[in-house]
Amino acid sequence: MRTHRISAALALTAAIVLTASACGGGDSGGGSNSSPKTLTYWASNQGSSLENDKQVLEPELKKFEQQTGIKVNLEVIPWSDLLNRILAATASGQGPDVLNIGNTWSASLQATGALLPFDQATFDKIGGKDRFLESTIASAGAKGKDPAAVPLYSMAYGLYYNKKLFQAAGIANPPATWEELVQDGKKLTGGDKYGLAIEGGNVSENVHHAFTLGMQHGTGFYDASGKPQFDSPEAVAAVKQYVDFIANDKIAAPGNAEYAANQSVTDFATGKAAMLMWQSAGANLKSHGMNPDDYGVVPVPAPAGATGDKATTSMVAGINMAVFKNTKNLDGALNFVKFMTSDEEQKTLNGTYGSLPPVKAAQSDAAFATPELQTLAGVLQKSAAPLPQVPTESQFETLIGTAVKNLLASAAAGKPVTEATVKDELSKAQQQMPAS
Amino acid sequence: MPEKVIDRQAVGKEAAPQGAAPARRRFREKFGRGALPYLLLLPALLAELLIHLVPMVTGIVMAFKQLTQFFIRDWSSAPWSGLDNFKVALEFNAPVGKALLHSFWVTCMFTVLSVGLSWLIGVTASVFTQDAFRGRGLLRAAFMLPYALPVFAAVITWSFMFQRDTGLINHVLHDQLHLTSDKPFWLIGDNSFWALLTVSVWKSWPFAFLTLTAGLQNIPRELYEAAALDGAGVWQQIRRITLPSLRPVNLVLVLVLFLWTFNDFNTPFVLFGKSAPQAADLISIHIYQSSFITWNFGQGSAMSVLLLLFLLLVTAVYLFATNRRRGDAE
Repeated sequence: MRTHRISAALALTAAIVLTASACGGGDSGGGSNSSPKTLTYWASNQGSSLENDKQVLEPELKKFEQQTGIKVNLEVIPWSDLLNRILAATASGQGPDVLNIGNTWSASLQATGALLPFDQATFDKIGGKDRFLESTIASAGAKGKDPAAVPLYSMAYGLYYNKKLFQAAGIANPPATWEELVQDGKKLTGGDKYGLAIEGGNVSENVHHAFTLGMQHGTGFYDASGKPQFDSPEAVAAVKQYVDFIANDKIAAPGNAEYAANQSVTDFATGKAAMLMWQSAGANLKSHGMNPDDYGVVPVPAPAGATGDKATTSMVAGINMAVFKNTKNLDGALNFVKFMTSDEEQKTLNGTYGSLPPVKAAQSDAAFATPELQTLAGVLQKSAAPLPQVPTESQFETLIGTAVKNLLASAAAGKPVTEATVKDELSKAQQQMPAS
Repeated sequence: MPEKVIDRQAVGKEAAPQGAAPARRRFREKFGRGALPYLLLLPALLAELLIHLVPMVTGIVMAFKQLTQFFIRDWSSAPWSGLDNFKVALEFNAPVGKALLHSFWVTCMFTVLSVGLSWLIGVTASVFTQDAFRGRGLLRAAFMLPYALPVFAAVITWSFMFQRDTGLINHVLHDQLHLTSDKPFWLIGDNSFWALLTVSVWKSWPFAFLTLTAGLQNIPRELYEAAALDGAGVWQQIRRITLPSLRPVNLVLVLVLFLWTFNDFNTPFVLFGKSAPQAADLISIHIYQSSFITWNFGQGSAMSVLLLLFLLLVTAVYLFATNRRRGDAE
């Protein structure tokens, strides 16, 4: 009886080990062309809803099918799921052929080796590298490596201000420096109205602003060798400046600290706040009933007289398009990337989504000649820097974004925010980074 | 077990036509008398293997690997890291271990309070609805409502209610009752613990209520009548009859509630999103952060294994202690 049980246990263990090892790892082989008639495409959520994205994209995919005979199966994936889905696809090897990624993930995903590198030959197949704006290519992978993706939609942060509220407060021009912004903000704050709205519960928004301010103070949160420098004096100053909008300047409502569902956009659109720093907010504001005439857009303030990196006013925001390395339809996938980055499609899609085309030739189109988009295009060309393109970028986003969220939460609860408390929080984030 | 098998075979013999008998005998000779139950269990066993054991063993194996983003594409190539992941998780002076320990204490506090309150409310409500009165069925149905709602929808609603500026909770506490001088935050900062506890108790007490109501049906009426004749008041009846009689139900109920609450992921995740506030950093969310968001799956697995060991230990101690006490009583 005893030996029976032992042999049964052994058999069970063997079965588990065999099954487990069979499950492990994806198909590590390269791409092929064994199924040339179909493609699976994961699109990110760019429109007002997943349904809206389908309505925008389906007609374009039909066009592609007519041109090439390749049927594209579309799945629009919400942002909350996209990265997890990509990781799962990477781990299992069961992914789409073509997919959208947030451009800040480029280097992190590049490090997994799951995405097809765009070397010279690959770029030639889709029409060449120099068709794209330089800053957008810089946010498609680590420096010195072939990009892991190509830019598809570009966005930049701008300072949106409510013209009527500015007029009522007797402010002639929108702020160009932070001192002016805080000054104006104080004039605009009163009653239940505030000068500025921020999305304090949103980890990504927090880290984007921390990054821009960091650049202005002289840090990119990483040193030249790619080591994290989260709690340098410059980083502390940058984060404190952002948290102070609630803590010391009191130009943003304390309630903003828990905003994570775009309530700050609603507050701005409904006149509860007079300023908003946002990327390509036009379409969003319109859906809340705010006309383009009611607001102006200028670059986010910078320190007076700053030049070079210190004059950075935005991250290079946007969406990149990548090809899964183990696609079964490599030629078709590249063909599709070429189609989506063609001048024609760039105009149509970016025009609909209110973003900017990273393709230079498409930017001159009349659709992008609105005051808002011209300001943002200027930012993208002159004063935008990519978020650190390092493999640990996603950790950086989570840890710093969360640190800022925690600081805003304690500021909103009335606790003092000092350089020491900021440094403490940032050191904690730094220590959680992997040692290697 | 053997009797049952023989029974079934006997029944089969009666029902089967005569011609099939030799074939069955041959089959039985080939596989031996004991093979049939195992054969019948085989599909379930395979499913168990695939659905439960393989992922578990895979997780345990991952805990010993340095499985970061560089290796997830082909994770068999990830280097073995021995006990490093466990060391990092258990080094309580370093930030990662400290954060894990903090999260562990928060989870313990949360679980004790949540299970305690759920049980207390559940037992009170079930005792009060033990005797029939008009509208009892309706009231019981209303009590069960939170249990019947889908978790996601319910918790999302709570998160709206807990919003500082526009939420119902602050509207009642601050605007209507003037209990607080300023509108408090519920979804960030220290209060988030109480917000989480509220939702958790709201969500799990109906289960306690349901289980205890069922348990109460088994207590013979005569016991109460006899006690009343002997002059026992209501409180004494509850203490001397109701609670001791519910003991077997309570044993299972508390264990199940403990395991569910300790492992709860949905409630904090829907309420707070990916990065929970420090005060409400439950261990399940913490592990999710340590693996999915920072892409260090080996580390996350190591923490999961530690959690598994802890829960196994608690369960074993609990069962051992309660069994022994039952043995003493008999």
